[in-house]
Amino acid sequence: MSAVYVWIETFKGAANSTSWEALGAGRMVADGLKVPLTALVFGENASAVAKEAGEYGADKAIVCEDATLNGFRLEPYAALLTKLVQDNQPKAVLAIGTTRGRELLAASAADTDSGLLTEATALDLQDGVLKVVRPVYAGKILSDAEGSSDSTQYVTLRARAFKPVSGGTADISTVPAALAEDAIATKIEGFEEEVGTVNLTDAAIIVSGGRGMANNPKDAPSDVPDATVWKAQDGFENTLKPLVEVLGAAMGASRAAVDAGYIPYAHQVGQTGRTVSPDLYIACGISGAIQHQAGMRSSKVIVAINKDADAPIFKLARYGLVGDLYRIVPALTAELKKRLGK
Amino acid sequence: MEVFTLHVVVFTRSTPDTAAKVEVGANGSVTWGDAATVVNPWDEYALEEGILQAKNNGGKSTVIAVGTEMHNEALKHSLAMGLDEAVRVWDDALESGDSLGYATVAAAAVKKLGDVDLVIFGKESVDVGTDQHNYQTARKLSWPMLSYVSKILAVDYSAKTIKVERLLEEGKQIVTSKLPAVVSVMKDINEPRYPSFIGIRKASKAEIPVWSVADLGVTLPPTRTRALAFKNLPPRQGEVEMIAGTPEEQAVALVERLLAEKVL
Repeated sequence: MSAVYVWIETFKGAANSTSWEALGAGRMVADGLKVPLTALVFGENASAVAKEAGEYGADKAIVCEDATLNGFRLEPYAALLTKLVQDNQPKAVLAIGTTRGRELLAASAADTDSGLLTEATALDLQDGVLKVVRPVYAGKILSDAEGSSDSTQYVTLRARAFKPVSGGTADISTVPAALAEDAIATKIEGFEEEVGTVNLTDAAIIVSGGRGMANNPKDAPSDVPDATVWKAQDGFENTLKPLVEVLGAAMGASRAAVDAGYIPYAHQVGQTGRTVSPDLYIACGISGAIQHQAGMRSSKVIVAINKDADAPIFKLARYGLVGDLYRIVPALTAELKKRLGK
Repeated sequence: MEVFTLHVVVFTRSTPDTAAKVEVGANGSVTWGDAATVVNPWDEYALEEGILQAKNNGGKSTVIAVGTEMHNEALKHSLAMGLDEAVRVWDDALESGDSLGYATVAAAAVKKLGDVDLVIFGKESVDVGTDQHNYQTARKLSWPMLSYVSKILAVDYSAKTIKVERLLEEGKQIVTSKLPAVVSVMKDINEPRYPSFIGIRKASKAEIPVWSVADLGVTLPPTRTRALAFKNLPPRQGEVEMIAGTPEEQAVALVERLLAEKVL
């Protein structure tokens, strides 16, 4: 019997909460096609996560807890997804377009010569055909695109663009893995988790710093190789981070700040970094180059703090604060502590 | 002693300059005014890595673009940077194709070269706004895919193994794989070089061969997706509200508004 599949991403046995957004989108598609909504959960703790998927709207869940699926690797995951698609011919396969979701759906779509639409920010169903809106040209314009009901329609969804729904109990079934360990060419040797940091793509609030972080009024110690870099790094650590912490936010940065060595690349937002769409984006000392805008302009509320009243970021912002970020950010942190009772 | 020669292939394409204002014109087509096209920004890192891998291991590098004549520009830039050979793959039959068509001919071109150990892509293509063709090329080759690579830690071209660091949402992962393999690289991996004057002169004279679908001996898969229309971004709603005062006054006023917006 046909279905709409949604892949539920897990990390260390826990569901990635954005996967529930994919189930929400999948619910709409399954209802439109009058077929069951099936969650696919692979790897450690999959049965427990599958139960949770029921609460987020899945009618059924297909589970595989084979040891080869502990820790995401493309080959065993894609082989299993492809086998399920070939055996059951679902109408659609959806997932959030995380690093893993993107490659999993692309690989399986290639295996089955099916269509794939990526990074959808809106999804609609017309006469059995999925239609999406997706950003192209580094987010500078949008494209309307459609799949084809001649094959399974694969779609990856932009995180934070769809709403989760509530459901009941999923009917859970178990399948075996499609690849044995000795048929898998890749091995995970280690993982260095960034402890205590919030993932940029999932974050509801992001506080970002730019070139202006270098205007730290503190004096750099005389023995540092580059006083400007020290000042900016100190600013990220001692001025921006307290604001990040009081908000439970993720820390972002502009390309200029990353290229100048103020903060590691993993924090870069923009055309050659991560694309984000939080509820609140606070840009501190960021002028707002078009490449940076490409990565954050879909944020719901943008706050710009910059000493230059003519900075392009103010054209994008909902609220603009002209002034010294090294005076405004600490005042903001103190006020938030008071108002949020922290 | 046996000599192992290595062959690295890098895929690239031309995209509008990153600072260009890209718009949808009255006739619905995408324009970027007088702005130049450049190498897809992510590919600069892929091209640099291709040069480094080939040079460090006594091998050779080939750059391939799948696309119309405009992509010769990216290929010439690649040659000017120091890649050894360039090939363009194009056929009118690809005009209406999607990523499956791309992956089918990209994989066939790699196979036609014959002795390839490593294929490198930039993380994504900014024009089409996707990275799906990277993974799909790996699948059409039946080679392992290592995406989001931030460092190539070790490559043993005689033992046919590679060890990389990948930058994922939660941190850094170390993975080993058998070769041949396809990797996609992040910005962090290297410092791309600028083309040298001599390189630019050499590249300007290069004749770049074009391989058609028939040359590759493949059948294109049916096209399952299509772009229907392009649209300009909706303007952001509302004007910016400037909040003036002392830093403390600004902070109080901003928090009031953010609480009212329910974004805290």
